[in-house]
Amino acid sequence: MTSFRSLRFHMDWQGQKLAEQIMQMMLLVSAVIAFVAGYVLGSFQMMMIVYAGGVTLTALITVPNWPFFNHHPLNWLDPSEAEKHPKPQVTVSSKKKGTKK
Amino acid sequence: MHSFGYRLNGLLTFSVTILAIMCAITSLSDNLNTPSPSAEIQVMNINWFQKQPQGNDEVSLTMNISADLQTLFTWNTKQLFIFVAAEYKTPKNSLNQVSLWDAIIPSKEHAKFWIHTSNKYRFVDQGNNLRGKEFNLTLHWHVMPKTGKMFADKIVLTGYSFPEEYR
Repeated sequence: MTSFRSLRFHMDWQGQKLAEQIMQMMLLVSAVIAFVAGYVLGSFQMMMIVYAGGVTLTALITVPNWPFFNHHPLNWLDPSEAEKHPKPQVTVSSKKKGTKK
Repeated sequence: MHSFGYRLNGLLTFSVTILAIMCAITSLSDNLNTPSPSAEIQVMNINWFQKQPQGNDEVSLTMNISADLQTLFTWNTKQLFIFVAAEYKTPKNSLNQVSLWDAIIPSKEHAKFWIHTSNKYRFVDQGNNLRGKEFNLTLHWHVMPKTGKMFADKIVLTGYSFPEEYR
């Protein structure tokens, strides 16, 4: 159940990068395996079936927000902690901007 | 990637693009095939040879067509469309081609065949030039792929001729 609850939240940044890399790699590998299988067996249908299987497997692994995509969460500062530290002020620069007339 | 829908869209788009590339490579692989087809056509009988009321010659003939086209099939072949055409020269036209018979061969097993048939389509000349005329019978084939480029080629068989007189 805990894994389903974590599906409600977005992936963290490292997870997104990982998901994209896994997706691209798995689709390319599926395509190569499918083509080789079809060519060797002499069956176009086999190539399509293997590729469709590869796409489905890739979808199951990379599209849902699985827990292993959330190993590097970005922890936002707690609001009570943030109040203790004032926001940095933008300092007015005393230097003249050289070229501006 | 940002959300479920975003990842799903990315996956579907990329997978379809890769599918297109796979189909292109599959079509290119057809060029690796070196076919060696063979065919023979015998004209068994000229059934009749008349001049029509409009003035055009018409002939009906019975042919024995045998061919082995199995090497034309690849893993990417959907079917083979073949037809037999009579080709001859007249003073009016440098090349006349009249389609006499055609067939669709759906698989490699059916590609080695023998058929005894009269012409499926009428053989009518543009004029009355056929008496004593020499003609070629050409077997054309179109290799129709499952994906990609269609190849077409033919075998020309020479040495046929019409009778000197109408019958």
